[in-house]
Amino acid sequence: MSDIITRYAKPLPEPSAVSAPFWEGLNAGELRLQRCATCSRYVFYPRSVCPHCLSDRLEWQTASGRGRLYSYTIVRRAMNPAFAADVPYVFAIVELKEGPRVTTNLINCAPEYARVDMPVKAAYDSVTSEIALLKFEPE
Amino acid sequence: MTLKRAAAITGIGEMKPTRSPDGKSTLGIWTDVARHAVLDAGLSIADIDGLLIGQPITEQAQMWPSILGEYLGVHPRYGNVVDLGGASAAGMVWRAAAAIESGLANAVLCVTGEASDVETFYAPRARRSAQQLPYREFEVPYGPMGVNSGYALIAARHMYEYGTTSRQLAKIAVDQRTNACANPDALFYGKPLTVDDVLASPLVVDPLHLLEIVRPCTGGAALVVVSPQLARESSNPPVWLLGAGESSRGMMLSQMDSITTSPITEAAPKAFAMAGVSHKDIDLISVYDCYTITVLVTLEDAGFCAKGKGGPFVEEHDFTWQGDMPLNTHGGQLSFGQPGLAGGMSHLTEAVRQLQHRASERQVADCEVAFVNGNGGIMSEQVSLVLGIE
Repeated sequence: MSDIITRYAKPLPEPSAVSAPFWEGLNAGELRLQRCATCSRYVFYPRSVCPHCLSDRLEWQTASGRGRLYSYTIVRRAMNPAFAADVPYVFAIVELKEGPRVTTNLINCAPEYARVDMPVKAAYDSVTSEIALLKFEPE
Repeated sequence: MTLKRAAAITGIGEMKPTRSPDGKSTLGIWTDVARHAVLDAGLSIADIDGLLIGQPITEQAQMWPSILGEYLGVHPRYGNVVDLGGASAAGMVWRAAAAIESGLANAVLCVTGEASDVETFYAPRARRSAQQLPYREFEVPYGPMGVNSGYALIAARHMYEYGTTSRQLAKIAVDQRTNACANPDALFYGKPLTVDDVLASPLVVDPLHLLEIVRPCTGGAALVVVSPQLARESSNPPVWLLGAGESSRGMMLSQMDSITTSPITEAAPKAFAMAGVSHKDIDLISVYDCYTITVLVTLEDAGFCAKGKGGPFVEEHDFTWQGDMPLNTHGGQLSFGQPGLAGGMSHLTEAVRQLQHRASERQVADCEVAFVNGNGGIMSEQVSLVLGIE
């Protein structure tokens, strides 16, 4: 019975062979990004080729986990009922110090305190025993 | 290569949007609007040799051109699904013209529409096989509210970068509603709005209020694009394609260089250059408006005002059908309704009506050249068109 109550009902990522190191990193409390060995730019989301130069020499590196809130919205109505208990919540894009931007949630922050450009740091939210989501909190 | 005057729109068919399907099917709606468009163009079904169709948002199938072609008795020599989201209808027009220019077809029927309502539209979609698409892996787990949250991110960033205000955005919805009050077919006909009404409506995804967000509904639209020869034989004044430009940039906002500047900056100049007209020549602006912010960014990126100055520009101009800058005279999708991809086609059907001087009580005086923009995804797919009469 407790299984039913605590089951995580929201959509979960299904890591692929390409993206597995990213998700394994989050489980270990670490943000890992690909970096192109040819053009040296960081890449997110994980890919099999660099979207800047089509090189296939992408190498995993540990990133700072720091960035700024590029933009955000406060979601006040859930489209997916699994999020209904969370409203209002902050759905956001964070620009990482390394350059790429990621879609995320701002947590540990009352929605009305969110501001575009505020400094944020990674928070690893272990939503199941297999998956931690990359969220952010105020720096 | 130019497509200037390579083809013309001669016939349109459009269903009055309704809040729910009321027993109609998507295929039935397509059939109705297609029939009206063919008859309006003064053609018989045997004249139609091309078929372009927009993928319904809430229904999945393959080989739509064969499904509709069989039902209507069309045997297309040129058939395709155009998959550019809300830009699909505008994308069909230049694709049809290119097919005609290259000799593949003489009369291309373009069809959109959907039997849908708010509940169906927002219901969680059945999981399809493409579970490992990047947006499912890296965006959906964080709880986006459809594309509403994406446009909210654009609006919030635009406010941060340029000082745009909710009051400025609300004015777009208000002017368009004034237009809808002169269009008995609009879903929100007879319901005028004020800026304060918009700002008093509930915030759904900050900073966007409920009345800044389009309403999914049931409806459909079709149009016929024909060769210059058929255009000259038409009893309706031909609405010529004068210019076209297209540019797209992916699915996720996180992957875009800037979320406040769209690929319209590439599509619109191409359309203007091909047409050989400038902004001051435009008598009607008919541009995609899934949200108020969509219109504001479109006006900036299409060059009607400087980047970042959309807010003051909106305050300075009257977008109603009698105003100095008529825009979305049918009410826009915000007030006409958004029947799937037919919402995008509504900007074309309205431009055709205005250019053919059959927009009844909301007719724009001396309307000869129109700018139309289609927008798909989250300001991703962009198709700009310039249309004109002789």
